[in-house]
Amino acid sequence: MNRFFAIALLPLLALLSACNAVVMSPSGDVAVQQRDLIIISTVLMLVIIIPVMVLTVFFAWKYRQSNTDAPYDPEWDHSTQLELIIWAAPLLIIICLGAVTWMATHLLDPYRPLGRISPGKAISETVKPLQVEVVALDWKWLFIYPEYGIASVNEMAAPVDRPIAFRLTSSAVMNSFYIPALAGQIYTMPGMQTKLSAVINHPGEYEGFSANYSGAGFSGMRFAFHGLPDEGFEKWIADVKSKGTTLDRMTYLQLEQPSEKVPVQHYASVDPELFSAVLNRCVERGKMCMSEMDEIDAKGGLGMAGIYNTRSLEYDKYTRRGGAVFGPDPAFVVGICTTEEALQASMNIQTLPPLNTSPFVGAGLPRPSPTQLFGLQRRPSNS
Amino acid sequence: MFDNPELIKLVFGRLTLESFPLHEPILVVTFIVVALGGIAVVGALTYFRLWGYLWHEWFTTVDHKRIGIMYMILGIIMLLRGFADAIMIRLQQAMAFNGSEGYLNAHHFDQIFTAHGVIMIFFVAMPLVTGLMNFVVPLQIGARDVSFPFLNNFSFWMTAAGAALVMMSLFVGEFARTGWLAYPPLSGIGYSPDAGMDYYIWALQIAGIGTLLSGVNLLATIVKMRAPGMTMMKLPIFTWTALCTNVLIVAAFPVLTAVLALLTLDRYVGTNFFTNDFGGNPMMYVNLIWIWGHPEVYILILPAFGIFSEVTSTFASKRLFGYTSMVYATIVITILAYLVWLHHFFTMGSGASVNSFFGITTMIISIPTGAKIFNWLFTMYRGRIRFELPMMWTIAFMLTFVIGGMTGVLLAVPPADFVLHNSLFLVAHFHNVIIGGVLFGLFAGIYYWFPKAFGFRLDPFWGKMSFWFWVVGFYFAFMPLYILGLMGVTRRLRTFEDPSLQIWFIIAGFGAFLVAIGILSFLIQIFVSIRNREALRDLTGDPWDGRTLEWSTASPPPAYNFAFTPVIHDLDSWYDMKKRGYKRPEKGFRAIHMPSNTGTGIILAGISIVFGFAMIWYIWWLAAVTAIALVAVSIGHTFNYKRDFHISADEVVSSENARTELLAAGLKS
Amino acid sequence: MSRAAAHVTTEDPVFYLTDEHDHAEGGSTMFGFWIYLMSDCLIFAVLFATYGVLGGNYAAGPAPKDLFDLPLVAVNTSMLLFSSITYGFAMLAMAKGRVGSTQAWLALTGLFGAAFLCIELYEFAHMIHEGATPQRSAFLSSFFTLVGTHGLHVTIGLIWLVTLMVQVARYGLIQANMRRLMCLSMFWHFLDVIWIGVFTFVYLMGMLR
Repeated sequence: MNRFFAIALLPLLALLSACNAVVMSPSGDVAVQQRDLIIISTVLMLVIIIPVMVLTVFFAWKYRQSNTDAPYDPEWDHSTQLELIIWAAPLLIIICLGAVTWMATHLLDPYRPLGRISPGKAISETVKPLQVEVVALDWKWLFIYPEYGIASVNEMAAPVDRPIAFRLTSSAVMNSFYIPALAGQIYTMPGMQTKLSAVINHPGEYEGFSANYSGAGFSGMRFAFHGLPDEGFEKWIADVKSKGTTLDRMTYLQLEQPSEKVPVQHYASVDPELFSAVLNRCVERGKMCMSEMDEIDAKGGLGMAGIYNTRSLEYDKYTRRGGAVFGPDPAFVVGICTTEEALQASMNIQTLPPLNTSPFVGAGLPRPSPTQLFGLQRRPSNS
Repeated sequence: MFDNPELIKLVFGRLTLESFPLHEPILVVTFIVVALGGIAVVGALTYFRLWGYLWHEWFTTVDHKRIGIMYMILGIIMLLRGFADAIMIRLQQAMAFNGSEGYLNAHHFDQIFTAHGVIMIFFVAMPLVTGLMNFVVPLQIGARDVSFPFLNNFSFWMTAAGAALVMMSLFVGEFARTGWLAYPPLSGIGYSPDAGMDYYIWALQIAGIGTLLSGVNLLATIVKMRAPGMTMMKLPIFTWTALCTNVLIVAAFPVLTAVLALLTLDRYVGTNFFTNDFGGNPMMYVNLIWIWGHPEVYILILPAFGIFSEVTSTFASKRLFGYTSMVYATIVITILAYLVWLHHFFTMGSGASVNSFFGITTMIISIPTGAKIFNWLFTMYRGRIRFELPMMWTIAFMLTFVIGGMTGVLLAVPPADFVLHNSLFLVAHFHNVIIGGVLFGLFAGIYYWFPKAFGFRLDPFWGKMSFWFWVVGFYFAFMPLYILGLMGVTRRLRTFEDPSLQIWFIIAGFGAFLVAIGILSFLIQIFVSIRNREALRDLTGDPWDGRTLEWSTASPPPAYNFAFTPVIHDLDSWYDMKKRGYKRPEKGFRAIHMPSNTGTGIILAGISIVFGFAMIWYIWWLAAVTAIALVAVSIGHTFNYKRDFHISADEVVSSENARTELLAAGLKS
Repeated sequence: MSRAAAHVTTEDPVFYLTDEHDHAEGGSTMFGFWIYLMSDCLIFAVLFATYGVLGGNYAAGPAPKDLFDLPLVAVNTSMLLFSSITYGFAMLAMAKGRVGSTQAWLALTGLFGAAFLCIELYEFAHMIHEGATPQRSAFLSSFFTLVGTHGLHVTIGLIWLVTLMVQVARYGLIQANMRRLMCLSMFWHFLDVIWIGVFTFVYLMGMLR
């Protein structure tokens, strides 16, 4: 049975020598604290795990059938003291671990602004965190720097020792944003925003990727994360600004189309509303933003007047590949806007032939014509 | 008529010639092999005129022992399929370095890891666990069958129907490419419009009905059909864990049914439960599926704990240490199983207080689990341990499972989970507990109860081969994944860029190869044991010097299990009976009232397969016909009032006399 | 194994029953069916929870107060409540062994159940006709699913009721049929309880929202 034990310990030994275990030797303060927590918890648990493993092997060996010298007590099945110990020992460990967990979870809450740059190094009050807006696309990453008005695809840079405040969302399906050297991961979800605070302490090139399976191109959904000294970061920004193109809504809608292993792209200027539009799922003109919809819903919806306030996705929404067989065609809720805006929006919409020419089934009524739609749009909300 | 596309669509739905993967050489070869194998089996069955035997004695049986055995066979067959998927994953991940795409494209690789997860959980672990419970529980509580014998047969065939649909997806269409829990929006119609996702839904839905009904059945059996004198605190420990497992099944599977039904509506009718637009909320699916998914883990592990308890006590020839605390530990785990689901997605951003709550409840589960491990330890203490195969698996479990438990608690610390979530560390963890806990337990159980089921033991040499290859292979296959997880490698990746990772994947692949030899040894062992069955024959019915009631019957037990209903005085009732000079009754037998066989279960399940297939391929006329047929057959079944018969006293006398002779022969030899 | 249990001294324990009677068939049916109902209850729990989460997401469309016709739903509720009462009378008649009056009460129960279904279908058809389809918003999806699942259960209950009436007519109030009637009784009252939840949680609170 000793063989088990040796085999079980082997990876732990190998681990110590494995120098490229990035989770165990990260370069960002948050990830360092998370690493410390892994070690503390493991040690705490080994306090009980190792005796159990030793006892298992020892008892199995000592009380083997051939060892007739060992005491044999077939009726012995209870001992209050032992019972107390076997319940209390794990309980004590879990009380310790629970306390550690409670504190660490609050301290390392990804939504909480950082308290320090690195051990013993407080954040100076003058430093504002670097804002980065992250969009997970099928299957690449878009990083928007609102302070600098630039964006990049599959490449991110951040200055060393400056806190980074990420705001993250996803365009189509769920992903998980993870740079192991920097900090723990956080999901990116369509229509929802998550946050992550982190800081990188050592310059270098690190790897980031999606840690949640998101479809065919998932394996290639990797990006480079550069931890740069201040001047290097300024240079990177300047580079992006000088060489990049413009990222407006139409470009975004092109970018949003599924693509794999996309090379790095830079955008010198970005529509300032883009992240908010992606988050609220209203990059396309004419579509109602979720924030607006939530406000309307909180006030009790648009009543019967709002029923036909939808529009079929007559153009291909690129990332969407199918529709329910008995449902109407894919559609969206139309934004409440003025006639002029609506007309302009309708002209901006690329009209390609609809994907699904099958007749409308299920709902029992003919689909409203565009004129009806505009008629409804003209009406204010609570008619 | 074949040039009318509308008509063809009406008749065949979206099923076209392109749905058959004729352009995939691997699948075509597999299909030919399967087809030839199938023809050979069918031919042999016909040649030896076994169809009638199979139909009357097995397919339509309501005998819990035979149904249990059929569950086990289903589980082992599906294990081969699920393991083939595992080997393909390991091979792909060991190859796809330095710009190589490996040998699988995303379309295939994504199906394979999804199928691997679904098959291993739903169609390997679940049937094996249910099969053991079905076989053992009525014997342990001194009952002649379960509460609802027909439902038992129906449940089995529904599980088999789900498995059949998954297998069908291999050759007709494709399987889901979403991961085994199929999170929307990826699993929604917008991003997975193909039939694969529908195979997933209907296979799980049909098998889920079987699991739920089997849970109701066993629960009622344990509560209502215990032999006189068997109070709850005299219930054999395996039956206790089975009771808690079935409580979990009854309380968890409806959630799966409901959440899959909502996803089905989203996909078929265009509702907006889990969509991105129109107010849908995909994250609600994640919550709901894990409210089922976490208890599911305990549904699998609790019976394994029960098996280990029985095995340790039997092979240490000693009473189980701390029976009462074992029972309460099981109950605590059952309840806590519902309070931890959120630990599967700490990274969703639920907030520190919510995360810590679920993290700490998760850790609390390790207290009763730890108590159980100590109880096994102290059962061995001052025992006389016989290292037969079931005991070897148990020792391997105790050493392996604590590692998995430790990494599990580690993952329950939210900030640690932020760096380890979805990584290969997580994959290693759950294989560590599912293989090291559930599968080792199932093997212990199979070796332990096999002589009871078939009347002969399994060959020990090949059993030891299988054991060592499995255990060593397991460590080779999964310890590298722990390391890869700490190297920041996430799961479900098809290709890799960092060449330094490759060596670990190769080691893991080597481990999988060792496990393959372990599985092969297991199959050889069954074959060898059947050939040498006379030498391995168990005449006593009690080959391990057992302690619970099942060992008081013949091996294999007669259809009626017990000629006279036993009366229970002590926890280890058979041990108690042996100790106090119980003498087997040899006369005074009476006719025994038993349920009759019925073909309704297999017919309903067969129709369900066609119904599922029709729904998957949008063949609406067929779906309507089969749906009506399902209702009609069910109603028709209720008009059959003659569901029981009596085994005549003469038959009982002759089978009991045969036992007497066997016992006498056993004493002589 | 020297001492035989058959040589009874007063201290010798009994290890098996020698004069056992056949177990009454279906001894655990009511318990088993109750467990099944609890699992069914969990399906409704999930649907209620879903409605609780999504019930306010109108997607800038209509809200409960725009769609629900409370008087109609009240009538509908009374149909189901009456059907529960009549089922109770059917059970009383069954206990007295009166086939004719059992059948009559069952038929009345079925009529109330059918009336409930018709009113519900009318309500659904009306809403869909106005464009408030299940696809329009998450609120409507969860509403139609919750109420529709209950309706589906009532439909199954009706089919079951008719089947049982046929069986009672053919075979009389035999033990097996009485057990089935008791199961259906639990099922029917269970649906009533669920509907009270639906009426309160969906309709009344929806109108207040």
